Amino acid sequence: MSKLEFKQVTRTFGNKKVLRGVNMTWEPGQLYGLLGRNGAGKSTLMNIVNNRLFPTAGKVLLDGKSVTENADAQNRIFLMSAAMLYPGDSRIEQLFTLTKQMYGAFDDPLAAHLAKAFGLDPHQRFRKLSTGYRTIAKLIIALCVPCEFVMLDEPVLGLDANNREIFYQELANTFANKPRTFIIASHLIEEIENLVTHVFVLDGGTITLDEDVAELTAKGRVVTGPTALVHEWLGGTCVLREVPLGGMLTAYTLDAPLEKPVPAGVTVGGMDLQQMYLELTRNGGGVDDD
Amino acid sequence: MKFDASSIVPLYQQIADQFTAGILSGAFPEDTQIPSTTEVARTYAINPATVLKGMNVLVEAGLIEKRRGIGMFVTAGAQETLRKKRKHDFYADRITALVAAAKALDISKAELVAAIEEGYEQ
Repeated sequence: MSKLEFKQVTRTFGNKKVLRGVNMTWEPGQLYGLLGRNGAGKSTLMNIVNNRLFPTAGKVLLDGKSVTENADAQNRIFLMSAAMLYPGDSRIEQLFTLTKQMYGAFDDPLAAHLAKAFGLDPHQRFRKLSTGYRTIAKLIIALCVPCEFVMLDEPVLGLDANNREIFYQELANTFANKPRTFIIASHLIEEIENLVTHVFVLDGGTITLDEDVAELTAKGRVVTGPTALVHEWLGGTCVLREVPLGGMLTAYTLDAPLEKPVPAGVTVGGMDLQQMYLELTRNGGGVDDD
Repeated sequence: MKFDASSIVPLYQQIADQFTAGILSGAFPEDTQIPSTTEVARTYAINPATVLKGMNVLVEAGLIEKRRGIGMFVTAGAQETLRKKRKHDFYADRITALVAAAKALDISKAELVAAIEEGYEQ
């Protein structure tokens, strides 16, 4: 099985350095979350993998070979994004056929099932669809291509809560039936935190976090109580943020001294991925790359 | 089933706990098939690898077993095993904690026993 490796991937736009040496590895058969503030460079990164943009420096390798202008590699990689690369007056079923011609295969039974699940009529023309249904049409294509690496850039853009749920369920289902690697860039972290098992955080042009979700949530703690008691219990441990409110203090940490008994009056709770991401990227943010 | 993302209990353990509770309550009767990993993953939009890890906790505890080509089944005697374990845990954890809490509040043995007897009569 193949993996996709990023080696010092750098990209500048004029004098704006959006990516400053990105290093990471995407393993086969994984569900990854790619997180980052608006303008952090997530789309730029995915566009580089898919050859819609080229790196200023550095490389993306599949089986040790650069994916840049590599037709064989590009046939195994798919990017679903806001950009529409198909002729807009095509019918959805024609897009399915077109995709099959481009990638050599297409999961027709799954496409039919998904169209029914989302209530999308494949005879409709793409440009006549609402924002939400345009996303749905693109998602169906992304889940039915025979690619080993499928990047989903903002996969739930414009989707209502019901359709988002259908998407997450269908993604879990097709992933269980046919493992391949999905990379999801989304701001709705709480909706994907049970789906992805590993996250990458892109901040300031580099990968600042590359960790298993299970390991992160095992470490994340929210400590609340009287300020002096919280400080005493935490000792010198590294704290991501402290929020005082009167005499009470809430501290967010990844290094809680769990071996120490918790004093009466202090509560120690878990931290979900969304909260952890917020605390880790609070001072970040980036230049806009859209 | 319901899963809490901000719980200290890891997600795979929450899956194992919910299935354990289902076996104990009889919702998943002995010798019957339980939902597949894919079915659970799909229903709750959870990564199948996490679901499998949770199921493996039950396999290791001897509560479910794999029947080749069919799926996972609740083992014979699983409910009784769980009931015994719960009883053991009750004495080991709850009683110890209860006595410690009573001592901290200067509640005497006689007072505690009287309170328990009262609880049974209600």
